[in-house]
Amino acid sequence: MSEFLMPSLGADMEAGTLVEWLVKPGEQVNHGDTIAVVETQKGAIEIEVFVDGTLDKYLVEIGKKVPVGKPLATILQAGETGAEAPQAVSKPEKAEPVSEPAPILPPKLSAETVPTAASISEERVRITPVARRLAEQSDIDLAALRDKGTGPAGAVTLQDVEALIGAQPSTTKPSEMTGMRQAIAAAMSRSKREIPHYYLAHTVDVSKAEAFIADLNATCPPEDRLLLGAVFIKAVAKAVEKYPEFNGYYTEGHFQHSKVVNIGMVINIRGGGLVAPAIHNMENLSLGETMSAMHDLVARARSSGLKSSELSGSTITVSSLGSHGVETIYGVIFPPQVAIIGFGTPTERPLVIDGKLEARQSVVLTLAADHRVSDGHRGALFLSKINKFLQKPEVL
Amino acid sequence: MKTSDIEAILQEELHRIAPEIDAKMIERDEDLREEFDIDSIDFLNLVIALGKRFEIELPEADYPQMDTYNAMIVYLGECSPNIF
Repeated sequence: MSEFLMPSLGADMEAGTLVEWLVKPGEQVNHGDTIAVVETQKGAIEIEVFVDGTLDKYLVEIGKKVPVGKPLATILQAGETGAEAPQAVSKPEKAEPVSEPAPILPPKLSAETVPTAASISEERVRITPVARRLAEQSDIDLAALRDKGTGPAGAVTLQDVEALIGAQPSTTKPSEMTGMRQAIAAAMSRSKREIPHYYLAHTVDVSKAEAFIADLNATCPPEDRLLLGAVFIKAVAKAVEKYPEFNGYYTEGHFQHSKVVNIGMVINIRGGGLVAPAIHNMENLSLGETMSAMHDLVARARSSGLKSSELSGSTITVSSLGSHGVETIYGVIFPPQVAIIGFGTPTERPLVIDGKLEARQSVVLTLAADHRVSDGHRGALFLSKINKFLQKPEVL
Repeated sequence: MKTSDIEAILQEELHRIAPEIDAKMIERDEDLREEFDIDSIDFLNLVIALGKRFEIELPEADYPQMDTYNAMIVYLGECSPNIF
């Protein structure tokens, strides 16, 4: 028998609230299936299972806050009857102690107290992050918003929350930190406390990359158009394969290199806050597939539709503040990762090309990396490699 | 198609992307992306949505002609004079 645990969806997560079961006891589950929905500081996240078997029984009641690493359910693998001692199947990436552990229901719940998947499917409230923030600030119980959503898939939007509170700004409590702000504060405080960052910057000519995508986009409908951001992410993914010390995790005193490249993409949430979900297995994605993955991820990040594996799986992060951002990004590493790449706003700058001064579209490419794992010399080579790919976008 | 109709559709699509921004409060001749705080993916989504609403193609090469709220209304008016 295996236990399905509350996963850690990032170094900043201590606990999550179970809001919905998507699978009933007795039903088959397969590796990669989403079987529950958990409310976290980053919104409602669909939690996946990483074992094949049959859902045995629920161990936690809907609505309970559960610390990372605690079992949510038991799963019987092929041939098992439920008599064996349970084994953890979704070991949290890093289970940190919770200061005040939330009560967990004992495993022996009676049939009456455990809601069925059918009866609880109505429990979940799909809500956009900006709407969630206003609801939190206004002390609105999320349950009061059930069935009031007018957004995609019935998601509660900002207007829905405003309609409920009658748009009375006086009822908000702007001084209090929202859940997402607390999550960012916890992760970034840990990063600055524990990680000895070093920073490198390199100005890179992106005129070839821009011309490359303009050429492709000229014959494409908007749905198939590429953004420069996709080229940036793909270039980082290819370059980091050669510089593995920037791809992985620093945990328990040592660095663990990741064989797969999962790029965490920093996504701004309207009204404040951010999330950095991962595009998995970037080494296998074409440029077009990278763009589709980006498009999909941004849409779901902004409507609270991310999966647990996307929130916890990044092996390196890329941040870009886009077309009206800033010249240079000095990144803060998202622990336990060891590097973050920043792309400043593409801007026309005077560059010397073949001995001549030319105005070229360029970006300031930056690296913030963990000095416990790598040094500036290798960091410089890593940035140089990214640059080389940006000069040959056709090979990406 | 009347300019007011075009503007109503533009406002509707911008509102989907940036619901917290009141179109009445923006600077109509300033950078559209900055006024509505939209990034490149939001802008791409806007182009996709407007293309469907007006049944027109909005080529990437024309993006500079859509860089402000007012410019976007003029552009859409020129692209879709025969609709409705």
